[in-house]
Amino acid sequence: MTVAVLSFGGSNCDRDVVKAFGHIDVSAEVVWYKDEDDVADADAVVLPGGFSYGDYLRAGAMAARTPVMERVREHVENGAPVLGICNGAQILCESGIVQGAYAPNESAKFQCEPTYLRVETTDTPFTREFEEGDVIEIPIAHAEGRYVPDDLDALVDDDRVLFRYVNEDGDATDAANPNGSVDNIAGIVGETRNVAAMMPHPERASREILGSDDGLGVLAGFDACEDSKA
Amino acid sequence: MTYEAVVRVTLKEGVLDPEAKTIRKSLERLGFDIDDLHTADEYVVEFDAENKETAREEAEEMCEALLANPTIHDYTVEVR
Repeated sequence: MTVAVLSFGGSNCDRDVVKAFGHIDVSAEVVWYKDEDDVADADAVVLPGGFSYGDYLRAGAMAARTPVMERVREHVENGAPVLGICNGAQILCESGIVQGAYAPNESAKFQCEPTYLRVETTDTPFTREFEEGDVIEIPIAHAEGRYVPDDLDALVDDDRVLFRYVNEDGDATDAANPNGSVDNIAGIVGETRNVAAMMPHPERASREILGSDDGLGVLAGFDACEDSKA
Repeated sequence: MTYEAVVRVTLKEGVLDPEAKTIRKSLERLGFDIDDLHTADEYVVEFDAENKETAREEAEEMCEALLANPTIHDYTVEVR
């Protein structure tokens, strides 16, 4: 298993993701977006956080329309795990690979803070290490993270909400919702369940000394997908 | 013939506009009486087209392909 951590101009969490994978012995490398063959040859893809193309137009809008996204789409169709974190999540939404859009935070500010997430489904590569209802701590760092779904009913009915923002007790209250996301949604999976978009940064919760290592559970799903590539 | 399309992208009715809310508060603090305030992004695109109608169609395609996000945005196109 080799994970391609796809880097665009302005991506800045790429090396952090590679390092976090290192903690759980998953082989990962940063791949520049123009090296499409390296992306195609990888077994899985992570779209890391950052500010690709300076967040021009809308966060993720430019990166979503680069040719390498066709390779990412092929991985999704072949069943390989594909995870978009923060700006990566925005790119996945902008490309239409997962549904919905990210609007500016309700506070109209950049927010960098710890959040509690409730695991809403374990039927995905990214949450199979957890139990449904587990409350985990992973930080956010974004200005445009207010998730607006195209079809909330479809997400809920198909059990495609991955995480919800909750308080420490696991309740999805308004106060626990950092950015005004619809239905406290912090992460979703696509129709095929092997592609996920989440605003919180699992790589920033990869060491106890960072305050939490709950993010490693999200990344560990890649390890279990050894033979998933078609 | 060269046309100029003015594309105006706004948040859909019902999608919260925190930037507008903040600006409105500031204007009110300055003593202005505000009924409503919306933000919009405007793009001015120059390009060649056969006629005004095809220019409009192409500008609308640009909106669908990139300039607007249909989940949260409405847009208008004015060709001149």
